[in-house]
Formats: sequence, structure tokens, C-alpha cells
Amino acid sequence: MTFWQSQKNLLAGVALATVVGALAISAPVQAATLRMAWAQDATGLDPHKQTAFSSLRLLELIYEPLVRLDANLNIVPAIADSWEFSADGTSLTFKLNPKAKFHNGEAVTSADVKASFERILDEATGAATRANFLSISSIETPDAGTVVFKLSQPDAPILTAMTDLNAAIVPASEIAAGTIGTKAIGSGPFKLDQWEPNSKEVLSTNKDWAGGAVALDGINISVLPDETAILAALRTGQVDFALLNDPLVATLVPREANLQLNRQPGLAYNVLQLNPSRSPMTELGVRQAISCAIDRQEVLDTALLGEGQVTGPLTIPAYATDPKELFCYTPDLEKAKKLMADAGHADGFEATVIAATGEPPVAASEAQVIQSQLAEIGIKLNIETMELNVYVDRWLKGDFDMAVAQNGGRADPYTMYNRYWTKDGNLQKVSNYIDDTLDSLMKQGRTETDPAKRKEIFAQFEKHLAEVSPWIWLSTSYNYTAQQKTVHGFVPTPTGTLFGLTKVTLD
Amino acid sequence: MNYVAQRLVTFPLILLGVSVLVFVAIRLIPGDAITAMLGTEAGLLTEQQRAALATYFGIDQPWPTQYWHWLTGLLHGDLGISVTYGKPVLDVILERFPVTLELALLSMVIALLVGIPAGIYAATHSEKPSDLLVRIVAMLGQSTPNFVVGLLIIYFLSVGFGVLPTMGSVAPLWQDPIANLSQMILPAITLGFAFAASVTRISRSAMLDVLKDDYVRTARAKGVPHRRTIWRHAFPNALIPVVTLCGVEFGYLLGGAVIVEQIFALPGLGRMVLDAISQRDYALVQGAVLFVALNFLIVNLLVDLAYVAIDPRIRLGGQ
Repeated sequence: MTFWQSQKNLLAGVALATVVGALAISAPVQAATLRMAWAQDATGLDPHKQTAFSSLRLLELIYEPLVRLDANLNIVPAIADSWEFSADGTSLTFKLNPKAKFHNGEAVTSADVKASFERILDEATGAATRANFLSISSIETPDAGTVVFKLSQPDAPILTAMTDLNAAIVPASEIAAGTIGTKAIGSGPFKLDQWEPNSKEVLSTNKDWAGGAVALDGINISVLPDETAILAALRTGQVDFALLNDPLVATLVPREANLQLNRQPGLAYNVLQLNPSRSPMTELGVRQAISCAIDRQEVLDTALLGEGQVTGPLTIPAYATDPKELFCYTPDLEKAKKLMADAGHADGFEATVIAATGEPPVAASEAQVIQSQLAEIGIKLNIETMELNVYVDRWLKGDFDMAVAQNGGRADPYTMYNRYWTKDGNLQKVSNYIDDTLDSLMKQGRTETDPAKRKEIFAQFEKHLAEVSPWIWLSTSYNYTAQQKTVHGFVPTPTGTLFGLTKVTLD
Repeated sequence: MNYVAQRLVTFPLILLGVSVLVFVAIRLIPGDAITAMLGTEAGLLTEQQRAALATYFGIDQPWPTQYWHWLTGLLHGDLGISVTYGKPVLDVILERFPVTLELALLSMVIALLVGIPAGIYAATHSEKPSDLLVRIVAMLGQSTPNFVVGLLIIYFLSVGFGVLPTMGSVAPLWQDPIANLSQMILPAITLGFAFAASVTRISRSAMLDVLKDDYVRTARAKGVPHRRTIWRHAFPNALIPVVTLCGVEFGYLLGGAVIVEQIFALPGLGRMVLDAISQRDYALVQGAVLFVALNFLIVNLLVDLAYVAIDPRIRLGGQ
């Protein structure tokens, strides 16, 4: 090598080092925008109307209710700083955070709270969540920062119901203009800059958010309808953070060195709904026999790959009891056969179970495991799978012998179950079962404000419900998020909210 | 040209039939826009709430009234408003169509570039090992479902090489051609694979038929060089079935390639219609199906015209 050649090489080396160095220095300056992916997109922007998980996951980043739930399901401030029930439980007063502002710069006032709840209560809005707020008789606004809800009767669960995004506070001016649902103006940590349905969302951080500073500059969400493709995008570092539904895909995440899976038992429950208005499920013995014949752990292990926990009716950690204590949670085939024989069905019977395709992803496999388990006591189960909407239509009409379902949970047992297990429940047509014990326990649970006594009431409710077996509760599932290990500080919660992204930092 | 005029006159009638079919079919499926939005929570609605939402979604009127409104709107160039997108249906369709059109064109180019040479090669080497190989690959291409091909491509690229083009939304071709093509090429290959296999098989058998004809033997006897015999004399006559196949396949692709769009997260027409059906966005489904049907009719007309261009002996309209 000549002197000049080595000089040239040296120069080239220096130049290369400079470029590499510059690249290394410039890397951290890049904007901290989180690249996120999910398979199902929001279906609309009206926080009072949208109830699908996929819509709530987006809207929770944009809108805020008066109060919200933390990771342990405790009620913590959101728009309201503090709140208080009156001694007789018929009035609930909120003090609003004076710093709370909407994305349009206007302060959040008591007038906005009043207008928002009036919109929810107005039947013309078509807000399903209205059913939780029927005890509100009037809303008073003594000053801009105070709201008083007058209740027609003591209603302990109403505060938890107010943590729901469907009770979000929207600007009174937008309600008047009729633009709720077309423009997304909330008071939450992120602003929606762009939305192309079923394709992408662009969110930027709300610098004026009263909840504190957010480390991210924004979030870019891509809708990747195939979860295998989401996993591939995570693998190649194209996506930082993703929401997953399918346990089959989620269990593959920990195999990748650069990825981390967050899983959290959710409040939703997988259940085999019997229809007690259809013979022979009208008979207690038959329903109990089905409960005894089903091995819940096996359903969980086989259909859900063990991803979840066996559960009784109550999935809320503060209220849940040990499922082993509940009726026939230890499978007992002999007892099941005897119950069938006593009910006059020693030879079994034939029935049809409905399941929705892909919702949840494990529905069809659950139905198959249950089919084989019930065959042991002579029940010939036919499985009918159908598109989600068709399923929902039949489910709402109560048009099924049995249904494999994943029903949403709530942070309060009353709000979660009054629709099914009270005499005037909106979904009596679906549950087709009620007795005086269930109804009176629910009513007690509604008015009782002492937490210890409420817990006792709902424990009795749960025990009785498992015993009369209108439904066979199976398991909870996990809520999954997957992320690069360069993402720090995300706290998952049982409600599945992505609100924890406000605390996230990127390397 | 008389033929074209005749065909154009039938278009509105066919489209009217299609629109009635779609209108009725989408409404016959159980569930409506209300259950699609609320799921099981729809059970919490009071009668009045349900009525208010039905008015909002435009499904409160009897079917004939709804159809009449839609049809009169259509005659004024208004396909209605999509409730999920909150925009006019035509705008939503025209935003999605470029992706679908580009995907269809790219996969057709791939299919023709690969399929025709492969088919002719196989025909001219008939019953030799190389012909057998081409036929086996073509058979594989035709019988492998495109979701398998698509997922394999994604899997090998992401696991084997740690690369994958951006997915989710597509950069417009005229703004960023490189980004656009890098996003479109994999789905185009996925679709083109099966398409090329069909083209190979059709062009092989068409070529074999033509090569047996007298004029080819005459050309050979006259001492026309092999290459010229194949490309100048035989090939144009073997093209007719290939054009037919391409027309059908291309028209079909313009309706959107649902599965491939789903796997590669391409915002094309196919996924849009699928989402619109599952969200019971009636106006969008009706508008999109009508648009796709119109495309199909136009492509078919163009195919007919192409016959005349390729083979002057053909006269359209049976004159």
C-alpha cells in the first residue's frame, strides 16, 4: 500500500466516522412519537354513543369523564378534583379542576358537565349508557366550578358509572352546534389531528392537559387488520406498541428478544349462557348438571391456551371470591349424571349453541370443548357460528338454546349485572331468568354505601347465581398489549384502557 | 360503433338490477347499523332511543321509501353519506379506488410479464421436462390460496431479514413513488402469483392449439425463422383467450382483493366494503357495489373492443 493510498483510506475513514457520529447524535433528537397498531379501528367519534372496545380505546385518549379508574380500580380525579355524597346519599357534588380545558382552549365549566349529562339522558341522543343514570333527577350548577347531581334515590354505583368514557364531558358549545361525533373536541391528553377510518389516526399531545405533562409528542396509529401482520411489524421495529386480542398471537410475543408482552386479567368474562326459558334448561337440575359436567379449567387450557383465569360471576378483584367455593366449580360427572336422571333426562337431549366468528377469537374453540364435555352426559350440542352482527341480533332477542359469549365487565357489580339479574333489567329478554333473591340482593347492593357490607351482599349474590346456574361462568381473558423494550412506563389496567400511554417514554 | 352504443344502453338497466339486489340483500342480513355500533349494549336502549338512532342512520323509513330516496339521490350524482366515515360515499370510494386500481394494474403487469413468456416457452417445449416444470409451478400458483402466499412473504421478510415495508396507509404514487411501490409490490406479487399461473396455463394451451394450425406449418415450410413464426404468426392468434382471462380477472380485482388488502393492511376497496358490511353502513355498501359493477361492465366492453383490435376477422354485434 502506498503512502497516498493509506492517506485516502484514512480520509475516507474519518469521513465515515463523522457521518456515523452525526447520525448517532441526531437520533435522540427525533420526535418522540409513538407508533402504535391495532387490528380493529374505532367506529365513530361520539363518546356518548360508541360502546365498542375499539372505539373506547381511541376516545379515552381524547375525552375525559369527571372521574376515572386507576390500575387498581380506585376512583381518582379526572375533570373533577373532588366529590362528595350527601349524608342521605341523594346528592352528589363535584368540584371541577379549574385548569381543565377543552382542545379548543375553552375552560371546562359546570355548564359543560350539565349539558353533557343532559345529552346522555335525552332519549333522542340514543346513548346506551343512559340506563346507568336514570336516578339523576336534576343537575345544579351553583358556580362555574361546582356541579350537584340530585338523585331520586341513593345510588352507590353511579359514581363508578361516571368513570365510564360514555359519560365523558364534551363542550356545551359543540352540543349546541351538533358537531359531537364529527369533530373530536375533548379535554384529554391527546388531540385527534387526523382520522382515516379503518386506516390510521394521528394524535398529538395536548400541551395544556390539566392532568400533567405527557412525555410523548404524539401517537400515530395504524390499523393492521391481521394480528399476524401486527406481530411482523413489531418484529421489524416498524411499530412500537400494539393492542392484541388473539391469545394465539400474544403468546408468540415473548419469544422475540426485543419485544415485551403486557397482560392483565380483564373484567370481561367468557361464559356459556343457557336459555332458561327453553326446555329442558327451564329445569334447575338440567342447568346444574351442565355446570357440574363442564370442566372450566380444561376449557381455559384447551380453548384459551391457559391464557386467563377461571372465574365466578364477579370479575372485579375487590369483589371476586374464590371460585372453588362456588357450586360445582370442581367438575363432578357422577353428580351431573344423577342430576340429569333426576330431572328425567337420563338419556340427554339435543341443543344448539351459537357463537360469533372471531369475537372473541376463541369462541369457536370454546364451543368445541364444551361440546365434547357435554357429550359425556348425553347432551348432543350443535355448534352454529355466525358473523358478529347476526349473533348480536339473535342474542338480543334471546333466540338461542345456549350461547358462547364474552360479555364486558364493569368496575361495579351492580352496573355490571343489573341489566340481567334484576326484575326490571333491560336485558331480561337475554338472561331469561330472575328470582326474588337475586333481585333483592341487587337492590340492596345499589343503595348500600358501606364497602364492607356491599362486598358481603355481592358475595351472596354470586354464590346464589352460580347455584341456580342460568349461565355457566367460565373464565376471564387477558387484555394484551405488546411493545418494544424501548417503550417504558406503560401501566395496563383491568379495564383495558390505554390511558397509561400518558406516562410512557421512548428511548 | 353501433355495438358500443347498444352495450352502453344496457348499462343503466344492469346497474339498476344490481342496485336492487344489493339494497335488499344487505337489509336481509340480521342486525342493523344500531347493533353494529352498540353490540350487545343495544339492548339497553329504550324504544324512543332506538327510534332516534334509526332516524340518525336513515333506516326508519320503509324499504321502498329508502330505495326511492337513494335512487333519486343517485340520479343527482349523490350516493348518500357514509355514517362510519361521516363523508359522502363517492368521496370515500374515490379515496380508496387508486390503491385498488394500482394493485390491480401492478398484479396484471406481473402476471403478463411472467405468464405469457412462461406459457409460450412451455408450449414450444411441449412434453419436455422444462414444460413439465412450468406446468407444476403454474398448478401450484393456481392452487395456493393467496393468504398463504401473503403470510409466507410477510413471515420470511420479517423473521428472515428483519425488514417489512410500512403498512397501514399507502403513500400516493405521485407524491412518493418509491415508498408507494415498496408498499404495493408485495401485495402485487401475492396477487400476481396466482394470476400469472392462470395466464401461463391459458397461453400455453392456446399456443399449442395455434401451433397445430396449417398456416403455422406453411410459415415453417416457407422457411420463416422459428422466433418469427412464434411471435409474429402464432402469438397474436393465441392472445384471444389470454385477453378474455385478463378482462375477467382484472374486473374482479377492481372490486378489491379483500384478503390481500386485509393481510397487508392496504386501504383498498375490498376492505372498505367488508368493513362497511360488518358496520352495516348501507349507503357505502350500495355505492361501492354499484361502482364495482360499473367498472366490471366497462372492463368487459374494453375486452370486446380489444378482440376486434387483435383479430380483424371478429365483428361485434353478430353482423
